[in-house]
Amino acid sequence: MSHQRGAGRPHPSWALPAVLFFGFFALAPMALAFGLSFTTWNGLGEPRPAGLANWHALLTDGRLARSLAVTVALTVVSCAFQTTAALLLGVWAAGPQRNRAVLSAVFFVPFLLSSTAVSLLFYALLDPNFGIVPGDTLGTTSGAFLALVFVGGWQFIPFHTLIYQGGARQIPEVLYQAAAIDGAGRLRRFRSITLPQLRNTAATSLVLMVVGSLTYFETVLILTQGGPGTDTAILPYLMYEAGFKSYDFGYASAIASFLVVAATTLSLLLVRVTGFGAMRSTREGM
Amino acid sequence: MKRPANPLAGLGAVIWLAVVLVPVYVMVSVSLTRQDEALGSNALRPPRHPTLANYGTVLAGGFGHFLGNTVLVAAVVVGIVLVLCVPLAYVAVRTRGFWSGGAFRLFLLGVAVPAQAVVVPLYLMITKLNLYDSLLAVALPTAAFAMPVSVLVLTGTLRDIPEELYEAMALDGASPARMLFRLVVPLARGGIGTVVVYASLQAWNGFLFPLIFTQSEDSRMLTLGLFTYVSQFGVDIPALLASVVLSGVPVFAVYLVARRTLVGGLMGAGGK
Repeated sequence: MSHQRGAGRPHPSWALPAVLFFGFFALAPMALAFGLSFTTWNGLGEPRPAGLANWHALLTDGRLARSLAVTVALTVVSCAFQTTAALLLGVWAAGPQRNRAVLSAVFFVPFLLSSTAVSLLFYALLDPNFGIVPGDTLGTTSGAFLALVFVGGWQFIPFHTLIYQGGARQIPEVLYQAAAIDGAGRLRRFRSITLPQLRNTAATSLVLMVVGSLTYFETVLILTQGGPGTDTAILPYLMYEAGFKSYDFGYASAIASFLVVAATTLSLLLVRVTGFGAMRSTREGM
Repeated sequence: MKRPANPLAGLGAVIWLAVVLVPVYVMVSVSLTRQDEALGSNALRPPRHPTLANYGTVLAGGFGHFLGNTVLVAAVVVGIVLVLCVPLAYVAVRTRGFWSGGAFRLFLLGVAVPAQAVVVPLYLMITKLNLYDSLLAVALPTAAFAMPVSVLVLTGTLRDIPEELYEAMALDGASPARMLFRLVVPLARGGIGTVVVYASLQAWNGFLFPLIFTQSEDSRMLTLGLFTYVSQFGVDIPALLASVVLSGVPVFAVYLVARRTLVGGLMGAGGK
């Protein structure tokens, strides 16, 4: 019945509205950012050609390198903190304890606030004259950096805990039973069963974390304004400051283009590593 | 046999409980404190004369209007994402070929690209389209940037629909449109739920687009409303925290009513 297999399939043009919309509001601006990076523009008037001036400045004035280092450091430390906490909490929450349902519900509360609300909450809590943490935390480089890591974790660990909880629930019970019969201890079972079985879950969670940490923008804008000095000026914040504070939209566009290229590379890498894009059912092999 | 309890993680769970609850407690307690009492006192001490005055101040400052704007934008974003992404995912899963494969891969490219990267050119486009300072100026790009992850989630779900069901419907002479509404949409409810939760969270959390693309109080959204309270209330931290508490109330209400859907949707985002 081979002629039946083609019957009733949608025409590829059904995908067209989505492609056009995404093309117009996401892809075209990316291309436009690249174009604008070769102009001077103060946000009013029209952009004027400026050749390679913005790119020359970007690559020679050292701001990009510093900001890139801060962005990578913040991403790596945040991911390490959030993964460790979410893995332990998620595996625990997937277990049989009687009080875990209540606790899981409480753990979830920070995630119900928007990033802006969370940032404002910690802006108050870290205020040197008012807050509950003594001293001027946000005034020191390491304090500001750790505050960003902590605040990001406070908000997003609940979400990743949920992902790990879902993953841990799907580990077949028989694996633990077999290991128990073989006399494997608790740590051994965690290392040899739980961790390897959570590999795909960890990949998904990590993708969302890395993508999410690029959007720490609000937290930086509200808590540190990139300070002290430029010590917490992550790339999106550097772009915002160049554009919407110094009205140097050409330079901002050069940073944005750099960000697009870096993020696209990251996308391709993540899709490949996690098998996200593979055209296969998630039920295969079950 | 039950899986044994994990004492290390159990200890961590108790520690994390304190980490979660202390800021939440201070937030609620200070929001109930009179401003003259809050300054210079220990934030951990409960208020001596609890008052709702701070909430009154915030509500009088346009809170309800900002919330309404955010809900409206979230609804438009969810609508756009579903109407565009479900057919796309359907095509990506059901047809093979250069165009459908290419369309799908186009969205994969955008998975990690943050909306911040294109805010300058979007600002130019929004101004040229005469959309500046309107809610559409926020909703349209927010929807576009919610699409890549939505497409991933939806194609993942649609691939789980067995081929035999399509074949059975094809034998009955069903058109592709009929299959979409009678088969794909009902069976992809889980994925669609995840996308609804994800897209509304994008709108709920959005900060940069409202900051750059809107200006007047008329089109102000909640996140930006909170942000402007900082400059407005200055050192009035009790009022500031009351606004933060209030901003959490709507989602908290949704969470209490639709806990299963919300949590299930988020779990579905990465549970597999």
